[in-house]
Amino acid sequence: MSTSELSKRGRTWFDALADGAQRIETGLASVLVADATLADERVRLLAIVPDLHNRFPRARHGEVGLDEAWALAYHVREAIAADRSGVQRPLIAIVDVNSQAYGRIEALLGIFLSLAAAADAYATARMSGHPVVALVVGKAISGGFLAHGEQAHRLLALDAPGVMVHAMPKESAARVTRRSVEELDALGKTIIPMAYDIRQYARLGLLHELITGIDADAPSAPQITRVKERVAAAIADIRVDPGDLTSRLNNPEAKVHRAASIEVRRRLAEQWNA
Amino acid sequence: MTPTEHCTDPTAAERRDRFLSRRSVIEMRARERAQALLDPGSFRELLGPFDRLESPWLPLQGIVPESDDGVVIARGELAGKPAVIMAIEGAFQGGSMGEVSASKIAAALRLARGDWESGKAILPVLLLETGGVRLQEANLGEAVVAEIHAEIIALRRHVPVIGVIHGMVGCFGGMSIAAGLCSYLVVLPQARLGLNGPEVIEQEAGIDELDASDRRLIWSLMGGEQRYETGFADALIEDDAEQLRQAIRDLAARGLPARHRSEAVDDYQRRLAKIDPTRPLDGPALRRLWPQGDRQ
Amino acid sequence: METLNFEYEAKGPLTRRAHVGVVGSGDLEVLIEPADKPIAQVRVRTSVNGYAQVWKAVLDRFFSHFEHAARVEINDFGATPGMVALRLEQAGELVKP
Repeated sequence: MSTSELSKRGRTWFDALADGAQRIETGLASVLVADATLADERVRLLAIVPDLHNRFPRARHGEVGLDEAWALAYHVREAIAADRSGVQRPLIAIVDVNSQAYGRIEALLGIFLSLAAAADAYATARMSGHPVVALVVGKAISGGFLAHGEQAHRLLALDAPGVMVHAMPKESAARVTRRSVEELDALGKTIIPMAYDIRQYARLGLLHELITGIDADAPSAPQITRVKERVAAAIADIRVDPGDLTSRLNNPEAKVHRAASIEVRRRLAEQWNA
Repeated sequence: MTPTEHCTDPTAAERRDRFLSRRSVIEMRARERAQALLDPGSFRELLGPFDRLESPWLPLQGIVPESDDGVVIARGELAGKPAVIMAIEGAFQGGSMGEVSASKIAAALRLARGDWESGKAILPVLLLETGGVRLQEANLGEAVVAEIHAEIIALRRHVPVIGVIHGMVGCFGGMSIAAGLCSYLVVLPQARLGLNGPEVIEQEAGIDELDASDRRLIWSLMGGEQRYETGFADALIEDDAEQLRQAIRDLAARGLPARHRSEAVDDYQRRLAKIDPTRPLDGPALRRLWPQGDRQ
Repeated sequence: METLNFEYEAKGPLTRRAHVGVVGSGDLEVLIEPADKPIAQVRVRTSVNGYAQVWKAVLDRFFSHFEHAARVEINDFGATPGMVALRLEQAGELVKP
């Protein structure tokens, strides 16, 4: 992948939200962490970005690799420990991840566990009173998103080209299912969970908000202000009623497009003590 | 060792009898495995075939659904104590997680937590035989797998969540993350545990990176024995239902670990810091660097 | 995927239900349960299209000796006629009064 094809969105939005706040030393050029101010409170921002000099060759293009995932776990847990007896600062996962790193050494060294550690840290933060918000500004694919973003209280996404959530990168999915990319796109129009389009994703009821009118690559100052305000609103919403991941079932979209998810829960509860 | 009619060596006779009475877990179906683990007569399936909670998405794509969507949820007793077995059927769509199959697991974990929160003990056991998220249900499978992760993390504050990987499908994708979140993992040598399936690694990174047809290589990287010997799993057993029951009981008896593997950030960062990715590293070498039992 | 429906006369009711098999490659699952109507109704969903006649032959044979009012569901993933017959027999045995 050429440098020009590497996504800069993670860094763009990290810098925009950090607004000059000093970065915390992570030891990795691919992991950006900063404690910034948002709506008059301290929030911790976390992002994974491309690093062409990453010591793991398969994690150079914005993938969540071994080091990245353990670093996320570290910096999230550091915030949990620091805030134990004070105010639990919000955590904002800025998401633009190509997927997880695919490599032999990653397999050997247990990348599955490193992603688990990141997910664990975010979930633990969520359960410990930290409002956790995921802001999807680019790609949120597969294991990368499971590790960095999906354990949030609320998922926000920009309504912009190139913003997509999916279980597998499109080209890989095409190869694995032996279909063309065009065929996959067509399928996504009728089978909503297979769509790569963020607007289709929104119909599943998983997003708290789809933020429209934003240039994801080069946002203007007013657009940045608007996104910050939407993130702050999500934080406030969490503080009123945190809920958990099953809260994503309590909305009109879920009732239509995730009826089976709701039905399974209802009927299993009925049969549990029968 | 050939068993003979006139065997006078008691150890050999015992070995022979054990071998003959072995019941292969790999050769069973998911439902049979759940039955084999639970005490006789205590098995009660929830949301079984006749509840007909199928995938709403597969028929739309011309794929024949299964009445239980490939997951068996069974309550019962394991050595006299309440347990819930969540067994994935690998023969159906590779054990892939769709909206319904993943929801059955997430919901069972949530209900188990509800029991603990109201003072009732129940042991959760996951039989992880899965390629990960079902591509035909992509975003829903993924979203509900995230719910499974959340539920494991919440439930394991109360009780060890025990994962079992027996093969031959193995445990991949988003469900390998679930395995990483389990309190304890039991593996068979035939198991494989990894985020990315060998075929996908080969596809994405090229055959020089990984030749998916090289079975010896695959198992040396992510096979059950390798994962056990490098500290990613807690018990390595033979393919036998009774050994599996015993292993689960033994692990449950340990109670909650002082720290879960997925919480051991400093430990793993320290281990990774010692690795030089520019130098060749294979399975055997990693066993020397990260021996089983070397947990902090 | 093809969906085929068949009906057979029934002589008596069923009291039990049974499930056998798995929707795996070369296999099928069969669900048999008591029905309200005094007939046996069969729904076949199969991954292999164009074999309605073969299904009819196998089912005709099974129902020639299975005479209960039943709802029968078959989800098939490319099983051979022999395998289908086997699974039907297995399920039939389990619901025998």
